[in-house]
Amino acid sequence: MSEQDKRSQRGDESFEPIPGVQGIDAEGAKPMAISVDDEPGHDKSYSQGQLVRRRFFRHKGAMASIVVLAVIVVVAFTSIGIGPIPGWWPYDYTHAGTVVNGGSPTWQHPFGQDTIGKDYFALVMRGTQQSIIIAVGVGLISTFLGTVIGALAGYYRGWIESVLMRLTDLFIIIPLLVFAAVVGKIASGWGIWGLTLVLGAITWTGLARLVRGEVLSLRERDFVTAARAVGTGAYRIVTKHVLPNAIGVIIVSATLTIAQAILLETSLSYLGFGVQAPDTSLGLLISEYQNAFTTRPWLFWWPGMMILAIALAVNFLGDGLRDAFDPRQNRSKD
Amino acid sequence: MTTLDISTEGEAGYRSDAVLSFEDLHVRFGTEFGTVHAVKGISLDVQPGEVVALVGESGSGKSVTSMTALGLLPSNAKVSGTIRVGDKVVGDLDLRGLRRMRGNDVAMVFQEPMTALNPVLTIGDQLTEALQLHGIAFGKLADARAAELLHMVGIPEPERRLKQYPHELSGGQRQRVVIALAISCDPKVIIADEPTTALDVTVQADILDLLRSLKDKLNTGILLITHNMGVVADMADRVAVMLKGDLVEMGTADQVLNHPQHEYTRKLLGAVPHLGSGPGQFGTSDDHAGEGVTEAVERPALDLRNLVIEYQRLGKPPFRAVDDVSFEVHKGEIVGLVGESGSGKSTIARCALGLIPAASGSVSIFGTDFGRMRKRELKDLRKRIGVVFQDPAASLNPRMPIGECIAEPLVVHQVGDATSQQERVYELLDAVELPRAAFNRYPHEMSGGQRQRVSIARALTLDPELLVADEPTSALDVSVQASVLQMFTHLQERYQFACLFVSHDLAVIDLLAHRVVVMQNGKIVEQGLRSEVLHDPREEYTKRLLAAAPVPEPGEQRRRREARHELLRSLGDQVAELDYDGGVIKSLKPGAGTGVDPHTRDGGVPGA
Repeated sequence: MSEQDKRSQRGDESFEPIPGVQGIDAEGAKPMAISVDDEPGHDKSYSQGQLVRRRFFRHKGAMASIVVLAVIVVVAFTSIGIGPIPGWWPYDYTHAGTVVNGGSPTWQHPFGQDTIGKDYFALVMRGTQQSIIIAVGVGLISTFLGTVIGALAGYYRGWIESVLMRLTDLFIIIPLLVFAAVVGKIASGWGIWGLTLVLGAITWTGLARLVRGEVLSLRERDFVTAARAVGTGAYRIVTKHVLPNAIGVIIVSATLTIAQAILLETSLSYLGFGVQAPDTSLGLLISEYQNAFTTRPWLFWWPGMMILAIALAVNFLGDGLRDAFDPRQNRSKD
Repeated sequence: MTTLDISTEGEAGYRSDAVLSFEDLHVRFGTEFGTVHAVKGISLDVQPGEVVALVGESGSGKSVTSMTALGLLPSNAKVSGTIRVGDKVVGDLDLRGLRRMRGNDVAMVFQEPMTALNPVLTIGDQLTEALQLHGIAFGKLADARAAELLHMVGIPEPERRLKQYPHELSGGQRQRVVIALAISCDPKVIIADEPTTALDVTVQADILDLLRSLKDKLNTGILLITHNMGVVADMADRVAVMLKGDLVEMGTADQVLNHPQHEYTRKLLGAVPHLGSGPGQFGTSDDHAGEGVTEAVERPALDLRNLVIEYQRLGKPPFRAVDDVSFEVHKGEIVGLVGESGSGKSTIARCALGLIPAASGSVSIFGTDFGRMRKRELKDLRKRIGVVFQDPAASLNPRMPIGECIAEPLVVHQVGDATSQQERVYELLDAVELPRAAFNRYPHEMSGGQRQRVSIARALTLDPELLVADEPTSALDVSVQASVLQMFTHLQERYQFACLFVSHDLAVIDLLAHRVVVMQNGKIVEQGLRSEVLHDPREEYTKRLLAAAPVPEPGEQRRRREARHELLRSLGDQVAELDYDGGVIKSLKPGAGTGVDPHTRDGGVPGA
């Protein structure tokens, strides 16, 4: 037996990630290139991160969306600049100029001009900026809230879970738009930050439920029991052992929340409860110029297309991430 | 690799009437990472009334081979070669033909009877479904046939059982139902894929008896897939050994198990712990001179006094999982806790870790009672206890590198700084014979045996004085188990920790325990020194357990089997066998066989 043991030691040293490796065989000599009873992809020697990246980069829709999103973000933020930093676009979204060519798109004003001669490209870019800031902000806030609430409820169970989950139910039964409109109106004094905060504070419910479910199953796993047996505290167990294993669910859900937030913000602004003039957002632009649809359609189409592009791209991104994290949902192609 | 076929040389004519044959079978799987060649040119046949055991460790391709006979592989598998079931060639059949063949010509007995049966259908529904689909019997007739089948496999009160759901039956009975399903259409060959792996030893022995009588009485061929050499010795006429998709050796059970030719077979057999051989196997130390010496000198590391553990149930009285259990574990001593599933052994292990509270009685660790401790004290105490769980894949955090995992107890208890912690991890990696390069690896990059070494290293990080090991080797292949056990005993001698070793495998306990505690249904049946309990048992239950554990030597196993049947008869139980009076299945006469006395006969499934 001592011979066998030496062999297995030698075998242990060959650690290179060989595709299809399932384990050290009985001879202990070399890792075996086999993969049998288990579903494929179960025991590969790629790190989990590598696997996810690999699948993600193969997802054509997600890759295209990343390019589209990157272009939109870069153009939106560099063209008119943010805050004190000026952009490369010569016109300002607040500045009314002389109306050229009846306001329809020209080389000078590619997106056209509005009724009082403001450059529409600058306006749309400003709207896009606001929408993106709100969406990302909402995504961060609601992901944070949802994760914390879901993790607390799932890990502690008992009365904590009852209270938190009933609270979640309460948020869910109130129609989102009405709630957002009422609270958003109150918070609109703080500008888009207030709106972001409010939207973030009411869109966490779905993620909280998802995370709770995930934590409920993770907390019963042996490695959590092992950690508890060692004397690990609750905070460390949740942050080091439980949440990293739920990261897939969280990331995917965060992306989809961002897409949801963009649409929510535009709906609110369209209804007049969101971003207020003189500032602008994509929803507000559409609502202002909805009557211009027949006479000067570009005033409607540009912001509309922009909303569509951002929301679609983010959704595709979320799809790609979900497929990357959970390939079982999408195995039909093989 | 060459196949050492030493059995079927002069029997060329014999081959033609094989009920199942594989010729030059190749199976390839297309995966994300290219093609995996899982089965590499296997030729094998099964004769009527013969049991051929396909043996190999996990990943050797044995299950894949068997699945090709049913045409049940996933769509990314490519199969080449010829598979014959009776006179049909599986590759030539369309979906309709395949469906007709499954059940009629070849049937399957699965590993886990709970998942092989549909939980929302009654036993009767599932049995009659098979009969009706294959046009064997309909309506009332089918019900009668189903009852008859249950009666045949030794399930008492078959008419009542037909209306029950799978969860209402015990594990052994469920597996009997699965077998009844398999024989319902009188197949020529049955593929049994690890049919007893999920079962307790006593139940396993019964199921094996049943399968044996099935091939004798119905002349069915059986392809038995297993990793358990004891089961092979008990059942097989011929044995085929698989390694990495190749057939490395084939021959009669006696040839392969007693005179193995191939190096791998010898290694495999050498790694099986042999019940009755005691310590000293696989180079583990057999120096148990210190047995029982440490007693009474110091306070015991673990002291259970009249321990009762209850699980609360909604709207019902609590379930008493452990009832009035008392025993001690001393420094430098391994106490083996043995019992079948549901005996409460894992519950005790969890209670000893302070994860489950005791309903009454006390659990004292180094003289302090768990129940009376404050949080702070509990944390300090946990420093002195290590734990190893059954499934290494589940007990390591998949998102944490090995090094961090092993260092976790140090971080939690704030022992040392980053450098000294890393030093300690390297030291432990050396101790469990893993390369230091493993520090930055993730658990899924390692094999099962390596992962279990990591678990053991983590358990030893803080130099615990008490180690609780809950079935630490039962998820491992035998050869891996052998090296892990060897390492374990060496570490125990080096660090002299007290150890509570929970296992259902008597051979493993025999190999390393100093003292043994046998449990049944939450109560202690027998406890004492290993040599007394395992080699000279006094209690009936211990005798049954020992008699049911198979050993990997056909001759000895036959003697043991007969001795067990003797024991069962002397205890007033019956030996499990197929209750079959000839012609019932084949003639399909309604009512035939109902004349058989339907006396209840549980075939001796104690505690099941």
